[in-house]
Amino acid sequence: MRCKWCSNPESQKFETEEMVVNNQTRVVGKDMTVEEVMEIVDKDRAYYRRTKGGLTLSGGECLNQPEFSQALLMASKQSMITTAIESMAAVKYDIIEAILPYLDQFLMDIKHINSEKHKLYTGVANELILENARKVAQSNMTELSIRIPVIPGFNDHPDEIKDIACFAKDIGNVSCIHLLPYHRLGQDKYEGLGRKYPMTDILPPSSEKIKGLKAVVESNCDIECKIGG
Amino acid sequence: MKKYNTTVEPKSERITRLVDRMFKDMPEVESYRAVLLTESYKQTEDELAVLRRAKAFAHVLENIPVVIREEELIVGSNSTKPRGCQTYPEYSNKWLEAEFDTLATRSADPFYISEESKKALSEAHKYWDGKTVSELALSLMTPETILSIDHNIFTVGNYLYGGVGHVTVNYGEVLAIGYNGIIQKTKDAMAKCDISEKDYPEKCAFYDAVITSCEGVITYANRHAKLAREEAERCQDETRKQELLQIAKNCENVPANGATNFYEACQSFWFVQQLIQIESSGHSISPGRFDQYMYPYYEKDIKEGKITRAFAQELIDSLWVKLNDLTKCRDLGGAEGFAGYGAFQNLIVGGQTPDGVDATNDLSFMCIQASHNVFLPQPSLSMRVWNGTPDDLMVAASGLTKTGIGLPAFYNDEVIIPALMSRGLTLQDARDYNIIGCVEPQKGGKTEGWHDSAFFNMCRPLELVFSNGMDNGVLVGKQTGDMNNFKTFDEFYTAYKTQMDYQISLMINSNNAVDKAHSIRGLNPFQSCMIEDCIGRGKTVQEGGAVYNFTGPQGFGVANMADSLYTVKELVFEQNKITLEQLKKVLELNYGYGVNEEAAKNISPEDKQLCENVKKWIDELPKFGNDLDEVDLLARDVAYVFTKPVEKYKNPRGGTFQAGLYPVSANVPLGGQTGATPDGRLAFTPVADGVSPSAGKDVAGPTAAVNSVSKMDHFIASNGTLFNQKFHPTALDGQSGIENFISLIRVFFERKGSHIQFNVVDRDTLREAQEHPDKYKQLVVRVAGYSAIFVTLSKSLQEDIINRTELTF
Repeated sequence: MRCKWCSNPESQKFETEEMVVNNQTRVVGKDMTVEEVMEIVDKDRAYYRRTKGGLTLSGGECLNQPEFSQALLMASKQSMITTAIESMAAVKYDIIEAILPYLDQFLMDIKHINSEKHKLYTGVANELILENARKVAQSNMTELSIRIPVIPGFNDHPDEIKDIACFAKDIGNVSCIHLLPYHRLGQDKYEGLGRKYPMTDILPPSSEKIKGLKAVVESNCDIECKIGG
Repeated sequence: MKKYNTTVEPKSERITRLVDRMFKDMPEVESYRAVLLTESYKQTEDELAVLRRAKAFAHVLENIPVVIREEELIVGSNSTKPRGCQTYPEYSNKWLEAEFDTLATRSADPFYISEESKKALSEAHKYWDGKTVSELALSLMTPETILSIDHNIFTVGNYLYGGVGHVTVNYGEVLAIGYNGIIQKTKDAMAKCDISEKDYPEKCAFYDAVITSCEGVITYANRHAKLAREEAERCQDETRKQELLQIAKNCENVPANGATNFYEACQSFWFVQQLIQIESSGHSISPGRFDQYMYPYYEKDIKEGKITRAFAQELIDSLWVKLNDLTKCRDLGGAEGFAGYGAFQNLIVGGQTPDGVDATNDLSFMCIQASHNVFLPQPSLSMRVWNGTPDDLMVAASGLTKTGIGLPAFYNDEVIIPALMSRGLTLQDARDYNIIGCVEPQKGGKTEGWHDSAFFNMCRPLELVFSNGMDNGVLVGKQTGDMNNFKTFDEFYTAYKTQMDYQISLMINSNNAVDKAHSIRGLNPFQSCMIEDCIGRGKTVQEGGAVYNFTGPQGFGVANMADSLYTVKELVFEQNKITLEQLKKVLELNYGYGVNEEAAKNISPEDKQLCENVKKWIDELPKFGNDLDEVDLLARDVAYVFTKPVEKYKNPRGGTFQAGLYPVSANVPLGGQTGATPDGRLAFTPVADGVSPSAGKDVAGPTAAVNSVSKMDHFIASNGTLFNQKFHPTALDGQSGIENFISLIRVFFERKGSHIQFNVVDRDTLREAQEHPDKYKQLVVRVAGYSAIFVTLSKSLQEDIINRTELTF
């Protein structure tokens, strides 16, 4: 997937990349083993206990490295550390099914219910994503939250948000909906990577707008809705 | 029902006006005390030192101008003008005279001084030539000790040029029985003395001195009562007239007698706090457990409906304002080491009772609120945290931290109580500890802790290893041998330890010399009557009258030393990348920057290349503060090189030494006297403060830094440790921000850290951080749903966050 608003463009390729940060060229990303990652995770265990935190695999797309993700989640559960992933679930369900036993929380991106518009902005259609969301919800094996990055001009119309809320209600077992207002925090990274920022003209949505969308969610389903994540 | 009420009482308009008036002018040095003191001393030349002190103290209190500042509810001021100060020529009469003309223009803590005062002081100073504490102290030091002081290995300037202070007296006793009660207690003790006892005359002199001092204090309070009545008579405003009459009534009863209500207790507390600072110039006169000893008076008045919570808050706020009215004019070096005019009056809330039950009460919250309301640096508000500290109190404290005021500092009962017990305190006394000055724990009312006795720069002895004991062509250290003969890292480290041991022994010599001088010329009978067991033993705290006696010198630069030793270990002895000779050269060349511009020009291209390579290799090595055992455990070990030898030594008051690891602000000026160090630190730049990582070297986030620092042994540094962390206000945003913050403190304390404090920085600092990212490598900011290190963020994001801050403030 290549979302135009991606704020971590350095994680879109599988290889480590060179990025210019503060006028210095740095290698971003590092190849690590499960053991190496777990050693770092373990250092902050005492904090997780107090803040109900744990290990979260986030973007890029962790399910593009299924074996590694599964191994990390397993290791984490073995150490009694809670687990979560942030993912758009655009992979074969087999891959998701394999990690569910080791996953406490699935933070799943649902960006749009209309497949064509989805494809236009992200490069892929959404059928697989929606089907996987339904399956995860029905599996009842993990706590499912739906996250909506609210992008002006793409999905910020009340009806578009309403469609997602209704979908969440329909599949059941969704514990929370997060509205994530678009931000431009990744812009400099594009320059650092020598790429063009595709959304130069788009301004972040106002907080009134976001509050209005929250009300839309709440009036269409009885799922808790949070701004930010 | 809850054990405490957390209702917030906002500040009254009066408090705003009191604060505004206080900061209108530059503080001024006044000559009243010095002149009156000298007058009295001239008339008592044949008497015992302790009596002379008391008579001079009483003479000052009978004659120094008294003022009631506009609108104030609590009275008693050390100076006629706000934030002014008196001088104390009996400790040292030289430095002030030498600095008369630069006092108002210096960058650290400037003071105005009038030509008239200069003249009066110069006249008074003449009497003191050859009679001061500092002259006697210097005469008691060995030449080697003075040499090391001259070469900036350590400094004992704090008590060499001024009083000791650093004490919490038994405020509770004065509140309960007043100075009339203490006079009675003293008379009873005198009556019990056996006339045939060998030290009967000295004991009697001490008791007389106590009585004279207490009577002087009662007279001083009565002068305020009289003044208040006079002003009331003239006053046109009926409300203020009633306030003045109430002030008069208060001062007629306290501190002569026990306080009968909360308002009187506040006034009584204030006279104690203020007048200890007239008797002596010692700073860090710490109110200690204010929420504990004031509580009975508050509780009674509230129960009986005699006071509203709002008025009680206004009284506490008034005391907070008064605490900022007391300043100390130090010599230039002292002002740089203790920058900020601070009187370091540490006031602590929370913790446990002597019986080990949680001590939180209404006043704990109201003290935190007072710091919100008054929003000034004094008192140095601290909070004791133990496993049973209620989250309500943690939340209230976090709210204050978030404002950026840097308060409160957090202290860990679970470390400090056992640490104090290891120094001989009883369990009950240890549980009743409070903090003195910056970070130093003691049992108030029973201790002469002599905290803050010396600043010891742990980097300087390392320089002596490279130079075989020489500094600027003079043999200052031990001759540990030509460094080229060191075959292993252990040999190098042993040489460092030898240099340290020797310098520590000299520091002990200087401390004990100063200590002895105070016991001869710097006696404080007034302060002593509020410290157990001075009345029982019939002597002042300076002579060993207190139950617990310590001397607490502090080392700093631990992080620099850990990183430096790691450099030597890795680059010289493990990887064999450079020789010690080359490293020495690089340090002398200040990593290619030279020790000054001229020197920089003369560096050859080959040397410049060497410097660049070495700097690069050093920068690539792991550094203390990133949760990496290989260097963190070296930090733990090198801290022992200071703390372990120190605790072997004894002081003249019958007590022991105990080390601290904290710098106040001296890491900056003393760093300015230190050459480049092998951790990559450039010459003359600040060294690391306390047990914190070197500035900008902890790049793995706040939890990693906390984990590193907690690997040190905080128990042995029972004179206190200091750990600074910087956050952006947004890092504490929202419920999760506060929760994460509290969890950070709780985890650090679970891992047996002793102290932690937070700088929550504002947008100006962020601007500065943008310009000098190297200096702000560990500044944490809250971005969106997560926190990040500010300087690693993009320019646009930085702008975003700065703009957000502007909206918040």
